[in-house]
Amino acid sequence: MMSDKPVADTIELRPFATFRAMLWRELKLAFRRPSDLINPLFFFAIVVTLFPVAVSPLPDVLKVLGPGVVWVAVLLAALLPLNGLFGQDHEDGTLEHYVLSGQSLVAMCFAKIVALWLVSVLPLVIVSAVVAQSYLLPSSVVPILVTSLSLGGYSLCALGAVAAGLTVGVQRASALIALLVLPLMIPVIIFGARAVSLAAVEASLSGALDMLLAIAILTSLFAPIATAAAVRISLE
Amino acid sequence: MTEFPLSLRDIVVSRGERCLLRGLHLDVAPGDLVHLVGPNGCGKTSLLRVIAGLSPPQSGEVLWHGEPIVGQRLRYAQSIAWLSHQPGLKADLSLIENLTFDNALRRRVTAAQLDDTLIGLGIASRRDVRAGGLSAGQRRRAALARVLMSDAPLWLLDEPLTNLDTTGRAFVLSQLQSHAAAGGMIVFAAHTDIVIANTAVRRLEWEVSDDE
Repeated sequence: MMSDKPVADTIELRPFATFRAMLWRELKLAFRRPSDLINPLFFFAIVVTLFPVAVSPLPDVLKVLGPGVVWVAVLLAALLPLNGLFGQDHEDGTLEHYVLSGQSLVAMCFAKIVALWLVSVLPLVIVSAVVAQSYLLPSSVVPILVTSLSLGGYSLCALGAVAAGLTVGVQRASALIALLVLPLMIPVIIFGARAVSLAAVEASLSGALDMLLAIAILTSLFAPIATAAAVRISLE
Repeated sequence: MTEFPLSLRDIVVSRGERCLLRGLHLDVAPGDLVHLVGPNGCGKTSLLRVIAGLSPPQSGEVLWHGEPIVGQRLRYAQSIAWLSHQPGLKADLSLIENLTFDNALRRRVTAAQLDDTLIGLGIASRRDVRAGGLSAGQRRRAALARVLMSDAPLWLLDEPLTNLDTTGRAFVLSQLQSHAAAGGMIVFAAHTDIVIANTAVRRLEWEVSDDE
């Protein structure tokens, strides 16, 4: 019968093309909806402004508070878009099409993680470099702050994607995602905020940054696979 | 022994704790149109999702050319075209951006083929409009365009005629007929009876089961 008919002329896995196409699509979508880009930035700006007002505007206090406040504020702001990572894809039905394409879902999830980092963490990192000045952190600390936040923010995106994948189809999953992700972020916060504090007193900090890099690489390896598996299970 | 491209073997479908379908056997040969009929909530969509491989059946197997679909995900994925309740369009992307994205994941579609399909569906003038700005019927047509361009032998369609006007229905029915005539297979769910010229439609009908 038809068993010898070619099913389709291109049956091959194209993980790199899939990754590129998905990354491009996610970036395009993010820029078509600028409010999603700007909201976390406003949130971040408000949190870092409230701390000096509530605690103390004294320079000595600010210098001590600075690294921790900036780190926590970036993490909280970066949590905001996680709910929409798969939520919209699920609602409009595109997620089914991604899964049914037969192409590597791992590549698609990896692309989504990278896109999330580019559009939600990177702007926060840039703004935090400015905020660091108002917290009177020495300018020599800014590169450390930027590096540690970039690495830590990446780990947050990767872990957050797993949580978002697990909660596909759950109504109002934001709180659940935060509960899943924040405990896992504790090592990242410890090493990240510590690296910045150490840099402020000009101590050696390579250990802390190495740990952040190691965590980022580890989450890069496992998070896309775990996310893809979580999405598949959630769609059932 | 004749080998059917698509075979369902002893399929049990359940939603939550409820068993919707028990012990279903179904063989689909080239040129077959299978119409899933039944009241709301009887599990038509669940069965289509099982056939598509989106959810695993409670028990039983879906075979594609004699092999379980679980072991040939890519080959099977490229052999089916899927139309669900949601059109699968990104509201912030234009119609054409939505449809050409599949090029990266599936078979490449030529510009001429894309134009022909959009003209046939009557949405060619909307190609640069954001999908969010289209009417429900136009979104439905866009989702159908993806199926028509897929070149897949097996179409799985959930309510293909909803939101369509008379000309839209006539066009879709003619496409179903030509797909079946060309040796394709279609499994679809629809509430209304569907009559297609010169083509036999197999009805698969069942009721909502009462057991727990």
